[in-house]
Amino acid sequence: MESQPPEERSQQRSKGLPQVLVMKPPPLLTLFEDKFISSKFQLLKAWESTLPLDQFLTTYAGSVRAVLCSGATPITPRIIRLLPSLQLVVTDSAGVNHIDLNECRRRGIAVTNAAGVFSDDAADAAVGLLIDVLRKISVADRFVRHGLWPAKGDYPLGFKLGGKRVGIVGLGSIGSAVAKRLEAFGCTVLYNSRKPKPWVPYPFYSNVHELAADSDVLIVCCGLTAETRHMINRRVMVALGKQGIIINVARGAIIDEKEMVECLAHGEIGGAGLDVFENEPNVPKQLLELDNVVLSPHRAVFTPEGFMAACDLVVANLEAFFQDKPLLSPLIHE
Amino acid sequence: MDSIGVLMACPMNSYLEQQLDKRFKLFRFWTVPDKSSFLNSNKDSIQAVAGNATAGADAELIEALPKLEIVANFSVGLDKIDLAKCKEKGIRVTNTPDVLTEDVADLAIGLMLAVLRKLCESDRYVRSGKWKKGDYMLTTKFTGKKVGIIGLGRIGMAIAKRAEAFSCPISYYSRNEKPEINYKYYPSVVELAAYCDILVVACPLTKETHHIVNRDVINALGPKGVLINIGRGPHVEEPELVSALFEHRLGGAGLDVFENEPYVPEELFGLDNVVLLPHVGSGTVETREAMADLVIGNLEAHFQKKPLLTPVV
Repeated sequence: MESQPPEERSQQRSKGLPQVLVMKPPPLLTLFEDKFISSKFQLLKAWESTLPLDQFLTTYAGSVRAVLCSGATPITPRIIRLLPSLQLVVTDSAGVNHIDLNECRRRGIAVTNAAGVFSDDAADAAVGLLIDVLRKISVADRFVRHGLWPAKGDYPLGFKLGGKRVGIVGLGSIGSAVAKRLEAFGCTVLYNSRKPKPWVPYPFYSNVHELAADSDVLIVCCGLTAETRHMINRRVMVALGKQGIIINVARGAIIDEKEMVECLAHGEIGGAGLDVFENEPNVPKQLLELDNVVLSPHRAVFTPEGFMAACDLVVANLEAFFQDKPLLSPLIHE
Repeated sequence: MDSIGVLMACPMNSYLEQQLDKRFKLFRFWTVPDKSSFLNSNKDSIQAVAGNATAGADAELIEALPKLEIVANFSVGLDKIDLAKCKEKGIRVTNTPDVLTEDVADLAIGLMLAVLRKLCESDRYVRSGKWKKGDYMLTTKFTGKKVGIIGLGRIGMAIAKRAEAFSCPISYYSRNEKPEINYKYYPSVVELAAYCDILVVACPLTKETHHIVNRDVINALGPKGVLINIGRGPHVEEPELVSALFEHRLGGAGLDVFENEPYVPEELFGLDNVVLLPHVGSGTVETREAMADLVIGNLEAHFQKKPLLTPVV
């Protein structure tokens, strides 16, 4: 069986089960392959073929109605054009910046994401990074491990979290979870969002610059789109101020990274907690030398529990689709 | 009041030191080469002692200062003060409650997040350049974990309030059950440890609570359990803690305090499931200033014969 080319294997497999195209295995599939064995669909694994992708799609994916993707396999207009029967794109992430939403909308292709399942973990990481930066947890831990406490005496003081004005950029599922947590620490929550949310008890700011001017901390929780790319620019950071802290658990490109590095190096802002970067896994060298930043390798949202929940949601969406039932987490185009 | 002698037990805060120097006659105990001869020469001038978590006023010091009227503590913990002796001699004692509650509670949660989500390790991973070679491991979810608190006083309650925002079910051990509180009570620390995922020490250090976290408690907490200590080092049997971590009988630990500060067991330095902090629980600019103001305020109130701000004895 293993010596057969995958194309033939897939034809011989349980006939009648609709196929879900996967171009490259997303992390979820690698971790939880068993969960993707379903009675409602089977996977069409493009990466197992020796054919170049375009040719594979033209030859074998003509009747494919659904594709499972992740950040590493963007759904571009070109890919969409090669899938004439495509009706559903399922991504394993909360972010959808790797999917051409306009083209999907034009073709009537539904999109589901892993909304909500990572929100708690993302919010926990954002709060953890903020406390770490303010109270110097990672740098003090380094201080102790290097044997410096007996030699150098008491560690320099950090800053109090309680009473800080925290500006949340993007009050979606993750932003709301962050707000709920920080309220318990006595923080004042403010936010910026595409549109105001009148049912929310926090003051709304119509642009990020005004939010920054009125905040001590900015926490980036929004999606990456053409509008939000480099939205946190030098002007915003200077408005945040010399004691200001930026926490980013969203996407690196929302912040103008080059400007941020300059601002940190020159004391224009007080510190940063970053889980994401513009060119992962590359991190600007100057950041590695600063003690007022805490760095995380795009792992802040990843826990086994979060991944399992995402997996269940992805499979549930696919099964619902093939049974003509309502999708569980469709992206609503606003 | 600059004829009133105040003995500062050890360096604790430069703002406090400056203020005491300005308002009183300040004696810096740590700069004295021969402590007993110093005390002998100055015993009639010293009417107050300013102590903290490192050094306070034990029986020996109290006996050496016949004119001592008040011990003003730059800490909320009183374990470095011989309270019985103070009561016996009519010496007043004050501490710094409330102003540091939030910072200590914030740090407890910060430690929980740092240990479970491996924030310090991840930071090291990035700084060492390892991320370019491969992704970091998955870490453990914090939301929803069961948090068990030893001591439900001001700090314990503040920790509970914060953990609840992360949907953590709260349970506690206390000398007495508090029926007005909606958290689950356990009559012993071992039972609390067996039930919870994260055990936090938040009680005062007394004879009864010395080594309250011992081998049995650590074993009950277990290979997936995490211990957080923001109380005092002697609350935990430190050698037992170290061997439990090495033998994987305990999942992890976040420690701000140690039995013999500033010395931390070096065996811990190589572990990736611990976070080690140099006693920074109340260590923010804002809070230390508020604590210093309380020490000064209490001293001035006493010598002006006004009511003390935060008396203990």
